[in-house]
Amino acid sequence: MRELSLNVLDIAQNSISAGASVIEIEVLRDTVKNELFIGIYDNGKGMTAEQVERVKDPFFTTRTTRKVGMGIPLFTLAARQTGGDLEIQSEPGKGTKVTAVFNTDSVDFTPLGDINSTVWTLMTMNTDRDFVYRFGIDGREFTLKTSELNEILGGVKLSEPEISKWLREYLDEQTDNICGGVK
Amino acid sequence: MKTLEELMAIRDRAKADMTDRGGEGDSIRVVVGMATCGIAAGARPVLNAFVDEIAKRNLRNVTVTQTGCIGMCQYEPIVEVIRPGEEKVTYVKMTADKVPTVVADHIVNGNPVAEYTVGAVVKD
Repeated sequence: MRELSLNVLDIAQNSISAGASVIEIEVLRDTVKNELFIGIYDNGKGMTAEQVERVKDPFFTTRTTRKVGMGIPLFTLAARQTGGDLEIQSEPGKGTKVTAVFNTDSVDFTPLGDINSTVWTLMTMNTDRDFVYRFGIDGREFTLKTSELNEILGGVKLSEPEISKWLREYLDEQTDNICGGVK
Repeated sequence: MKTLEELMAIRDRAKADMTDRGGEGDSIRVVVGMATCGIAAGARPVLNAFVDEIAKRNLRNVTVTQTGCIGMCQYEPIVEVIRPGEEKVTYVKMTADKVPTVVADHIVNGNPVAEYTVGAVVKD
């Protein structure tokens, strides 16, 4: 993957396939410690300890259209090659938590890329799920919950073109406010 | 600044718009492959380009949805366009640049863009 934000999109698609109704994404940067933390949490069907071991194996997948499942292995590699790591906590019936830490000053650090595009795509393409997105940099942060937007929207979907456009611009503005010039 | 008050105003406009629209049963469907293979190959900008282009042209009868891996990973990003009553057309190795042509020629005017389809790209 050329951007970590694409890994986030990929992992969140697993949460959707797992039937999650609420998916939380956290992206937290610390420019002093040169660290990036990414968390993807869902309340989907979860996995047994044995299944967790198997998703780490690229030659395991639950799909039937091909024989390899590269999602978790690729994200793990992206973290480990910076000296960071990835962890999966999961419980059947409860959900799954995927967390990854990256050293941003490593030469092998893959840029985060267009994370807003990932969040926007997820929110507008899966209007039947709730998303919570938390973005922070050095302690400044914002949280966006689609459940709160849906309350305002009263049945009008986030995928409606004008609403979708507003959401994209809102995400970009909030991010700019937090970043204050730091990219 | 984008505000929640602004969102309320947009909601009211969108609501009025939705009542103008007919049923969605005869809509054209655009289906983008969004599994690991599709995403790695560039499906996200392709999906976003379809959404943007359809919004820009105010095409009310088109829905964009996503699907998983269909088993032709080497030809991702793959997009299927399904017009009601017609056979589905599969576009392979899509890019955001190709999207306006597909929207104009196929979705609006009903003529598939043959050179981007699986039949033209996969020759063996």
